[in-house]
Amino acid sequence: MKLNDLLYKESEWLKAEGPKSNVAISTRVRVARNVAGHLYFNRANSAARAETLEMMIKAIKKSKLLKKTLLVKINDISNLDKRFLVERHLMSREHTQNSEFKALAIEESEIVSVMLNEEDHLRLQVMQSGFNVMETWRIVDEIDTELERILHFDYSDKFGYLTSCPTNTGTGMRASVMLHLPILAMTAQIENVFNAISKLGLTMRGFYGEDTEASGDFFQISNQVALGHSEMDVLDNLERIIRKIIHKEESARGELFQKRKEELIDRVHRSYGTLKNARIITSSETIKLLSAIRLGVDLGLLKDITISDVNEVLLLTQPAHLQKINGEEIAPYDRDLKRADLIRQKLVK
Amino acid sequence: MKCNICGKREASVHLTEVVNDSVTKLHLCEECAKSKSDEMQTHFGLADLLSGLVDFGPEVREDSFGGAVAGAKCSVCGMTYSDFQRVGRLGCGKCYETFSGNLSALLKKIHGADRHMGKSPVRSAEHAKPTKDVQMLKDELKELVRREEFEKAALVRDRIKENETKAKGQV
Ligand SMILES: [Zn+2]
Ligand SMILES: [Zn+2]
Repeated sequence: MKLNDLLYKESEWLKAEGPKSNVAISTRVRVARNVAGHLYFNRANSAARAETLEMMIKAIKKSKLLKKTLLVKINDISNLDKRFLVERHLMSREHTQNSEFKALAIEESEIVSVMLNEEDHLRLQVMQSGFNVMETWRIVDEIDTELERILHFDYSDKFGYLTSCPTNTGTGMRASVMLHLPILAMTAQIENVFNAISKLGLTMRGFYGEDTEASGDFFQISNQVALGHSEMDVLDNLERIIRKIIHKEESARGELFQKRKEELIDRVHRSYGTLKNARIITSSETIKLLSAIRLGVDLGLLKDITISDVNEVLLLTQPAHLQKINGEEIAPYDRDLKRADLIRQKLVK
Repeated sequence: MKCNICGKREASVHLTEVVNDSVTKLHLCEECAKSKSDEMQTHFGLADLLSGLVDFGPEVREDSFGGAVAGAKCSVCGMTYSDFQRVGRLGCGKCYETFSGNLSALLKKIHGADRHMGKSPVRSAEHAKPTKDVQMLKDELKELVRREEFEKAALVRDRIKENETKAKGQV
């Protein structure tokens, strides 16, 4: 597998086959680990960074669970490729900076990725489609346990897994679910969700387009606490709360569809019409309109496209993806033209 | 002060970022701050906590937490606690031992606890600990009610109910 192959492959998490894909886009769980006896990235010199990287690459090659893995050295790839991998949620933005001695291992189906020499030596991430917290953790746990046998991670009985940043100390685990909540956002109920969540040890953030303007309808909810509770407790808590939020969004959709049916139908079809006919379109307008048609598909108003189509367009119309498809860097205005072309090509059947 | 990104709104989030020893100060409005990436967001929280701890630091030391003495240096990576306060990142596993007193206080601030409850490496034979039993949950519930954290309490109450029904189902 080569890096460019990813472009024409449908990511596992886009398939919308996971539970509650009408509201939940994807579930991600990651753990942060450090190899015992080695300085953390920020404190290590080049020789030490190279040595740790070497060790971890060997471990990944040894791993049975990570057999079909593409290894990318971040320094060897273009800036565009770096942004492309960030857009695919395979690595963090931070991993693109200071990229010497950093690497990324991507498992073939893009379910598993491992950042090597990020702020911690190892950041193992698993991503699944829909609302799938426990299964996602199960895969992380299995791979983590295998790697642990090969590598020996920094761990103390009192503090648990030791990480460079104390916000991760303990389980080193962060689990998050990306939700599409157009009706809660529209009816301003999202404020209540936001307030409730911050009191429950969770955080919520918006998902943003190219310009920093909020798209409004996509939210990522994740745990904040890593110490003092077991992984199971943290995941259980997250799962319960998200189940409630999904239920809230679903019943709000149903209610609004009853009360303001014509308005909703109008909004969905106008959005679809614009997307199918636009010749110039920005990334944030695209996200807004795709949000409306994603809702339309769930309400059964649009029969000729699927949630998976919408997810795909959502990903492919982001700047780095557009430029990869075009094979070269494109200026922002030209991107808006190319974006409109791509959307028509994908949605007009 | 105006926001460094949009230049329009008032800055309300003040962040010190340290990348490779060069320190940049960012002043952002709420909205621009929100639009930063995941990792950045985590750091905002931490930077706030750490700047709050600058005054709190010496107090901790006097408090005989048994940990770091002022000026203590990690014997492996050479980091001092004030280095850590500046960069927000620890340098190696040994740092946790060296600064364990100060870190306990900091970890309590961040997580509300300073003791690990979760998975441990296979080599110490013990695996991911099971979920809490009903008695532990009941204790937690009492504590939450006492602290008037009713949202959390409601969730714990749900779990107790569920566990109890499950237990009955098994009989
Ligand atoms: Zn701003
Ligand atoms: Zn150290």
